[in-house]
Amino acid sequence: MANRITIEVTRYDPAQDEKPRFDSFEVPLRKEWVVLDALNYIKDHLDGSLTFRWSCRMGVCGSCGMTVNGVPKLTCATFLSDYAPGPVRVEPMKNFPVLKDLVVDTSDFLVKLEKSKPWIIRKVEKPLDEEYFQTPEQLEAYKQYSMCINCMLCYAACPVYGLDPLFIGPAAIALAQRYNMDSRDEGASERMDILSQHDGIWGCTFVGECTQVCPKHVDPAGAIQQYKLTATMEWVKALVLPRGSE
Amino acid sequence: MLDISSHDIVLVGGGGAGLRAAIAISEANPKLSVAVVSKVYPMRSHTVAAEGGAAGVHLEDDSLDDHAYDTISGGDWLCDQDAVEAFVKEAPQELMRLEHWGCPWSREPDGRVAVRPFGGMKKTRTWFAADKTGFHMLHTLFQTSLKYDAVVRYDEFYATRLLVDDGRAQGVVALELTTGKVQAITAKAVILCTGGCGKIFRFTTNASIKTGDGMALAYRAGAPLKDMEFVQYHPTGLPFTGILITEAARAEGGYLLNKDGYRYLQDYNLGTPEPKPVLRTMELGPRDRLSQAFVKEQEKGRTVEGPYGAVVNLDLRHLGEKTINTKLPFVRELCLKYENIDPITQLIPVRPVVHYMMGGVHTDINGATPLAGLYAAGETACVSINGANRLGSNSLSELLVFGARAGRAAADYASGQKAPGRALLAQALDEEARLQTQFLRKTGGRESIAELREEMQKIMEQCAGIYRTHESLAGASGKLQELQERFKDIRMDDRGHLFNTELISALELSCMLEVAETMAESALRRTESRGAHQRTDYPARDDKNFLAHSLAYRDAEGRPRVEYAPVTITRWPPAERVYGK
Amino acid sequence: MINPTEYLPKSYHPRVSTYWWLTRWVYLKFILREASSVFVAWTVILTLLQIRALAAGPARYAEFQDWLRSPLLLVLNAVSLFFVVFHAVTWFNLAPKAMVVRVGGRRLPNLAISAPNFAAWAVLSAAIAWILMRG
Repeated sequence: MANRITIEVTRYDPAQDEKPRFDSFEVPLRKEWVVLDALNYIKDHLDGSLTFRWSCRMGVCGSCGMTVNGVPKLTCATFLSDYAPGPVRVEPMKNFPVLKDLVVDTSDFLVKLEKSKPWIIRKVEKPLDEEYFQTPEQLEAYKQYSMCINCMLCYAACPVYGLDPLFIGPAAIALAQRYNMDSRDEGASERMDILSQHDGIWGCTFVGECTQVCPKHVDPAGAIQQYKLTATMEWVKALVLPRGSE
Repeated sequence: MLDISSHDIVLVGGGGAGLRAAIAISEANPKLSVAVVSKVYPMRSHTVAAEGGAAGVHLEDDSLDDHAYDTISGGDWLCDQDAVEAFVKEAPQELMRLEHWGCPWSREPDGRVAVRPFGGMKKTRTWFAADKTGFHMLHTLFQTSLKYDAVVRYDEFYATRLLVDDGRAQGVVALELTTGKVQAITAKAVILCTGGCGKIFRFTTNASIKTGDGMALAYRAGAPLKDMEFVQYHPTGLPFTGILITEAARAEGGYLLNKDGYRYLQDYNLGTPEPKPVLRTMELGPRDRLSQAFVKEQEKGRTVEGPYGAVVNLDLRHLGEKTINTKLPFVRELCLKYENIDPITQLIPVRPVVHYMMGGVHTDINGATPLAGLYAAGETACVSINGANRLGSNSLSELLVFGARAGRAAADYASGQKAPGRALLAQALDEEARLQTQFLRKTGGRESIAELREEMQKIMEQCAGIYRTHESLAGASGKLQELQERFKDIRMDDRGHLFNTELISALELSCMLEVAETMAESALRRTESRGAHQRTDYPARDDKNFLAHSLAYRDAEGRPRVEYAPVTITRWPPAERVYGK
Repeated sequence: MINPTEYLPKSYHPRVSTYWWLTRWVYLKFILREASSVFVAWTVILTLLQIRALAAGPARYAEFQDWLRSPLLLVLNAVSLFFVVFHAVTWFNLAPKAMVVRVGGRRLPNLAISAPNFAAWAVLSAAIAWILMRG
C-alpha cells in the first residue's frame, strides 16, 4: 500500500466564490483511517479553513454525510484505503444548497420531519404508572424505521428530491411510518392526511437508491411503498364504504 | 452584526438533558417561550452515542434503597444522598414517561419493558433499547419536542458568553454558524445542558463536540465547578478510535481476559469468576475499579501489546450468535466496521478510555447553581449523584430526572422575574467586539489550534489519568498555564464570518483549557484516593479531610481557586466499598 | 465599521443536470425501468389491435399477420419483448419491498415474496405456450 493518497475536496467560500471548485491535498494513507480522518488531517495540518461537519466518528450522530467518489457516504464509516491508490474525490451531499466547502443546508428536512408528526399520538393517554405492553414482535414491526439517524444520505441519493425539493423525502416518510407501525400510536390517519398529498408518498417513483445508501438499513423505499399500499387500501375502503369507515 | 431576541428561558445544549428540560418547561407552563441553543442539530448531540441503558427500579425484587445504596457505594460516598434519593425515586417515572413517548425499549416476551444487569448494580434494573439506548432516547425526545410550539430552536448557534446583570443570569450571546452573526438571546433564566468535556483527553469515547463549553460559560460567569478531579475511564474502548464497547457486553456475560486468557479481575478484589455474570462481581464491578485493574495488569506485563498500546481482550464468543445479534447488534457492527473483527468468533481488543465527567457545574437538587437564574443538568452539571465514580446506566436516567427538575425549577423562577434589562446589550456588543479582535481581525499569530489541543490532551492523559501524583498534577497545572499564554498567539486560516468552524475550534479550545486547569488543580488539592481519583502518593481514602466536594472558582487572574463543601449524608454512613461478595 | 453584507447567508444551489440519470448506473437502470412502461403499453395496444383484426374476419387477420412480419415490426417487438421482460423482472424483484409478510413474528425473506411471483409467471407462460403449441 502506498503511504500517501490524494484527496480532491470541494471548496466553496460563499463570501468570494460564485461556484464551487476543487482543492487537492496529499494525506497519509493509513489502514485504520476513514475519509473523515483525512479531512481532519487537512484541517489540522494543511488548511484550517476547510469546512465540514462531524461529531461522533462512530456512525451514529449522522453529521458527516458527504459524496465520496460520486456516492453518498458517512465519511466516518468509509475507509480511505478502499479508495487506494486514489485520488479520492470528496464533495458535499448532492441535492442540498451548499453553505461552505462540504457543509450543506439540511434545515428543509427538519421542517418536513415536523410536518409528518413523528411523535406518539393518542386519544387518551395512560397514567404514568402504567406501561403500554409491546411484545417483541410488535417492537420488530417498526424497529427498523426507528434506526434512522437523519444523516440525509437518502435525500442526497434521491433524484426525485433533487428535481422537486417539495418532495417530503425518504427519511421523513420512514419516520412517519415508524410511528404508524408502533402499537402505542393512534395517529396514522392524521399523518395520512399529510403524507398522501402530491408531495408526499406519491412523489416517490421508487428509484430505490435511498435504501441502497442508507448506512443503518432503514429501507425508506420499502416504507414508502408499504405506505402507498396502505393509502390505496384506505382509498378503496372509503370508496366502498363511504360512511362505514371511520 | 448583532441581532437580539428574547425568550423566557434559554437552554444551551439540545441533547437529552436539554430536550427533557425544554419539554418539562412546556409542560409546567405552555406560555413560557423556550429557546434551545445548540451548536449542532439536536439529534447530533452526544447522548446519541450512549449504548448500554438507563437505570431505574423496575422489578419486584428491587427497591429504591437498593438502587440508592449501589449508587452511593459506587460513588465512594461522595454522592449527595438527598439527591440520590430523589434520583432513584424519579428515575423509573421518567423512564416510563419515555415509554409513553415512544422510546423503543427492548421487551420481555409478554410485552413488559425488559431490564438487564449492569456494572456495580446489585439488582437487574437497567432499561435498554438493544445497545443503542442513548440514540433511541435522544431521537424520541427530539421528535417529541417537535410538538411543543413554545420551543424555539437555534440550531447551529454556538454560545460564547453568559449574560449576567444584577447578579442574575439573563441570557447568552451566541454565534450563528451559518451567517457568523452574533445573537444576544435574553431570558429570565438560563439552563446549561452542554454535556461533558472528554475532548480534553486524547483517547476518549466522546464526540468532537464534547469540549466543556457549558462548564466554561458558568465558570467564567463566577459559578463554581464541582468535583472536577473525578474523570471516568470506561474499561472497554476500542484501541485507536476510542469507540465505546458498551458495559452491556459484560452484563450479557462477556469476560475480560489478559494475554494468558485469564479472567484477571479475580486478582483485584472483585470476586471469583463464575461462568454466568454475577451482579456487583468481576466484570460487573464498577468502572473505576476495572480501569485501575487494567493499569495494574499492564504493570505486571500481562496485557497484550497492540499497535496502539496495551490492550486486554473482551470475550463474547460464548454468548452465541443469537444473543449478540439481538442484545448487542451495535457492538458487532462497530467491531466489524472499525476493527474487522467478528465478536461471535473473535476476541475484541479493548483498553480504558476517558468516558465521563463526574464533576461539573455545581448545582443543588433542582439544578440551580449559586448564580441566580443559572441552572445546569446532565453531564455538564454536578448535583452530585455520581460522587467519585458514576455507575454505568445512571447517566441516562440522570439527564432525564435532573433535566426535568431543572426545567421545572427554571420555569418556576422565570415566572417571577421581570424582563431582562437594557444593560445586557452593552455586554453583547462587548462580546462581539472580543470575537472580532481576538480572532477574526487578529493579525499574525504563530500557534496552531490543533497543536495546542494535542499538547493539552497529551498533558492531561499523562498527568491526570487513571493514577496521579503530586508531581504529575503540579506539572500539568504549569503546562496548562503555558498553553493559555500560547493560545493568545493562535493563528487563524479562516477569517470569514460564514460557517467558520475554525473560529469554533478556537473557542472550544479556550473552554477546554480553562476546564482542564480546574481538573488539574482540584486533583492536586485532593490528597487522597477515592473512586476515579487515585493518587499513588496518597493511596487511601481520607474521610476526615476529604469527605467533601471540591469547588473550583475562577479567581481574578483567571486561575482556579479550590474550596470545599460538605457532602450530604442521609441514611448511608461512609463505609468500605465491597465488590465480589 | 461592520459591513452587513458580509453576514448575508449565501449558498450555492447546484442545478440538477438534464443528464443526471447518466451519472450512475443505478439511475440509468431506474430510467430504463421507467421507460420500459412505454413498451409495456405498446404490447397492450398490439394485443388490442390483434383482437380487433381477429373479430373483423380471417382476411383482415391474415393482413394483420403479414404486417407483423414486416422487419420494422419484428425489430420493434423484439425490443419490446426485452423491455417487458426487464420490467417484469425488476417489478417482481421490488415486490418484497412493498409487501411485508410476517409469519410467527418474523419477516419473510425477500426471496420468499419474489419467488412465488416468478413461479406464477413461469407457470402462466408455460400454460399459454402449451395452448399455442398444441394448436
